[in-house]
Amino acid sequence: MISVQNLTKIFPAKNGDVTAVDHVNLEIKEGEIFGIIGYSGAGKSTLIRLLNGLETPTSGSVIIDGKEIHNIRGAELRKARQQIGMIFQHFNLLWSRTVRENISFPLEIAKVPKQERKKRVDELIKLVGLEGKEDAYPSQLSGGQKQRVGIARALANNPKVLLCDEATSALDPQTTDSILELLVDINQKLGLTIVLITHEMHVIRKICHRVAVMEAGKIVEVGPVLEIFKRPKAEITKQFVRQVTETEEPSEAIEHLFRKYPEGKLVKLTFAGESVEKPIIAKLIRETGLDINILHGNISQTRNGAYGFLYVQMAGDPEALAKAFEILSAEQIGVEVMKNV
Amino acid sequence: MFSAIFPNVDLAKAWQKTWETLYMTGISIIFIFLLGIILGLLVFLTSKGNLWENRWIYGIISGLINIFRSIPFVILIVLLIPFTKFLVGTMIGADAALPALIIGSAPFYARMVEIGLREIDKGVIEAAKAMGANTFTIIFKVLLPESMPALVSGITVTAIALVGYTAIAGVIGAGGLGDYAYLDGFSQNQNDVTFFATLLILLIVFIIQFIGDFITKKLDKR
Repeated sequence: MISVQNLTKIFPAKNGDVTAVDHVNLEIKEGEIFGIIGYSGAGKSTLIRLLNGLETPTSGSVIIDGKEIHNIRGAELRKARQQIGMIFQHFNLLWSRTVRENISFPLEIAKVPKQERKKRVDELIKLVGLEGKEDAYPSQLSGGQKQRVGIARALANNPKVLLCDEATSALDPQTTDSILELLVDINQKLGLTIVLITHEMHVIRKICHRVAVMEAGKIVEVGPVLEIFKRPKAEITKQFVRQVTETEEPSEAIEHLFRKYPEGKLVKLTFAGESVEKPIIAKLIRETGLDINILHGNISQTRNGAYGFLYVQMAGDPEALAKAFEILSAEQIGVEVMKNV
Repeated sequence: MFSAIFPNVDLAKAWQKTWETLYMTGISIIFIFLLGIILGLLVFLTSKGNLWENRWIYGIISGLINIFRSIPFVILIVLLIPFTKFLVGTMIGADAALPALIIGSAPFYARMVEIGLREIDKGVIEAAKAMGANTFTIIFKVLLPESMPALVSGITVTAIALVGYTAIAGVIGAGGLGDYAYLDGFSQNQNDVTFFATLLILLIVFIIQFIGDFITKKLDKR
């Protein structure tokens, strides 16, 4: 659906050019929810704006649904943009228009006749769950409701692709979840391809199929979300994964565990996919006779399976420990001995 | 009672002078509104980072606005005499005051339009672009509606300044309440006439302010 090749964007500046996007290659499949994560300044905002031609690339190509976005201009580009919806961090609604009129705006641009416009707006209001708010002005809505208007507006012309520019970054956690659910819902109902950029790993974990990690204009890592959670390679990816899996400063928490449980071995077990659901600890105790003490754990659900980890204290003779490690590796569970005490 | 306080005021004449002031203000405000919005839009659109970014056009229009805004109104009337004679055919009467009133106030209003347009969130313009809107649509469906409260409160301020300008024009022969206060009042040493004309001007200003505030409030849904 979306094919990005060798895409580069350089902004000329007084003290040296700034390379915001640096030779980026991406293939995004139809119906996929694809996340791009990075800290601010990583170039993800520029990248998403290159996808609908709001920025023109310095070099490279962007092809969406067969259209060469990097090559077209004027009326043809405007026509292509009607097939690419976009929602924004700050919603960007027209405050002078009611909910209904805001959603109607892209239809007016596409020159849809008035009768059809009204019908389509009613459908969209139902789709995003804003019944009863049709005639309210944006200033009378909450953040979540505003983003729902933004989503309805972006979907008005039945686009094939939806671009989300930090769509939940201005919302509280609860509202974020409800907006993410809505995005998953329309992804499934309409088969829409969604590209979202964010700095929150939580968003990626909740709804994305695949993720690309961006740093200094480059894609440093890309893959299925569970894969990235299991085996993050780049240091920045590890940081993002930690955002979700660890509640406290990790070293501090472990230090605390060491002091509290000085006997045996402190082991971190990492589960992914099916292994999360198996009664591993019971099996270990039964088959090895070790004393196992569960200290701390966490499970995160991603679109392609669960990911979790467990800190346990294992005490017993060396043979039993060796046997325990065998069982664990046979079950494909990651084992990391934190420290021999 | 009235003739005791204002012995020299002829109500028929006062009404005629009021009408002249309203006529000058009304006609010019229509032209100023249109001209100011066109100039303001051009300056905004050609400024840095906007749809028609163009340093030269921006520089020229912005320069003209600054020049015409800086010339004192009395001097502007004199400078425009040949132009007015060519356009209206005379230098006397309310119609002859119109060119100077419009040219003197439109640049002032254009700046207020520009400020109003600048206050629009850039993100909203970007959203319209992302929807595939062309510049025409962005102007008429985003820029003007979104800045309408600022445009109306701007024209209110301009209209009030304009009432003052008509009074100056009146002294030079355009008629209106300024002419009434000066020729019938001051020149003939009839202070009550000057005072009455002042009251009428104040009344006009208050009414303009009231209407302007009312419409601005109605339009503003922020």
